[in-house]
Amino acid sequence: MIRITRKVEFSAAHFYHNPKFSVEENRHIFGKCSNMHGHGHNYTLEVTIAGEPDPATGMVLDLKELKDILQREVVERMDHKHLNHEVPELTGKIPTCENVAAVIWNLLESKISRGKLDRVRLYESDDLFADCTAETNGAKR
Amino acid sequence: MRISLTRRYRFAASHRLHSAALSMAENERIYGKCNSPYGHGHNYAVEVTITGPVDTDTGMIANLGELDPFVQREVIEAFDYKYLNEDVPEFQAMVPTTENVCREIYRRLTKFSAARIERVRIEETSKNSFEYTGEQSV
Repeated sequence: MIRITRKVEFSAAHFYHNPKFSVEENRHIFGKCSNMHGHGHNYTLEVTIAGEPDPATGMVLDLKELKDILQREVVERMDHKHLNHEVPELTGKIPTCENVAAVIWNLLESKISRGKLDRVRLYESDDLFADCTAETNGAKR
Repeated sequence: MRISLTRRYRFAASHRLHSAALSMAENERIYGKCNSPYGHGHNYAVEVTITGPVDTDTGMIANLGELDPFVQREVIEAFDYKYLNEDVPEFQAMVPTTENVCREIYRRLTKFSAARIERVRIEETSKNSFEYTGEQSV
C-alpha cells in the first residue's frame, strides 16, 4: 500500500463560545479564544490517501483530482471565512482544531474516488495540529 | 475515524552521552563527539499527542489551558536550560540519549488525567527525531 499526501492552506477566523455556559465560564474555559469578535489563523491541511497504484497510470489517485476536491470542499468553503458564521457544517459546534479536522474528514471521505482517505492533519499553527485517522489504520503515528 | 491532538513545545538543554558501565575507550568509540567531557546542547522540540473523546460542550479532547501548564510544570521547567545528566535525577543513572529522554517525558506525562498520552516525539535537531508510544505498541 502507498500513501500520498497533498497540502493546502487556508485562512479563517473563529472564536470559541458555548451558549450553555455563562460569560465567566466561557472566559474561564476558552480563555482568549472566547473573544466574540473572533481571531484568525493560517491553517495548513495535509490530506493523505492510501491505496494501491493503478497499474495503468502508476497513481493511487490523480493528485490533480485530489487538488480539485480540496479546493472545492475545503478552500472554497473555509478560506477567508468566519468558521462560526459562514460554514454550515460547523453550526452548533465549537470550531476547535479537533472539530474542524473532523468536519473536513466527513466532507472528504465520500469524495475520494480511488484509494481511501487515510489521514486528515490540520495545523492551526506550527505548534498545534489535529489528526483524524482511519480506524483501519493500524499504524500509530 | 480517530482524532488526536498534537501540541509542540520546546526546551534547550545540554547533555553528555557517557555510560559508567563502559570503559573510557568504549565510551569514546560508541558516543564519539557526544562523549565530550563537558557536554554539549540542543534546542529540543517535543510533540505531545493526546487522544480521547472530543467533549461536545468544548469541542476539545483536552483543554490546552490544562495541558500546557501540565507539560510546562512536569517537563519544560525540569529540562529547559538544564544539564540533563546532573539536573534531572532520572539521568544520573541513565544515559540521556534522546531515546531515553523520550521515554522519560512520556512517563512524566502519563499522570495527565484529562486525556490519554498517545505519543511523545522529540526532534533533537532538524535532522534527528525520536518517538515513543508506550510499550504496548512495540
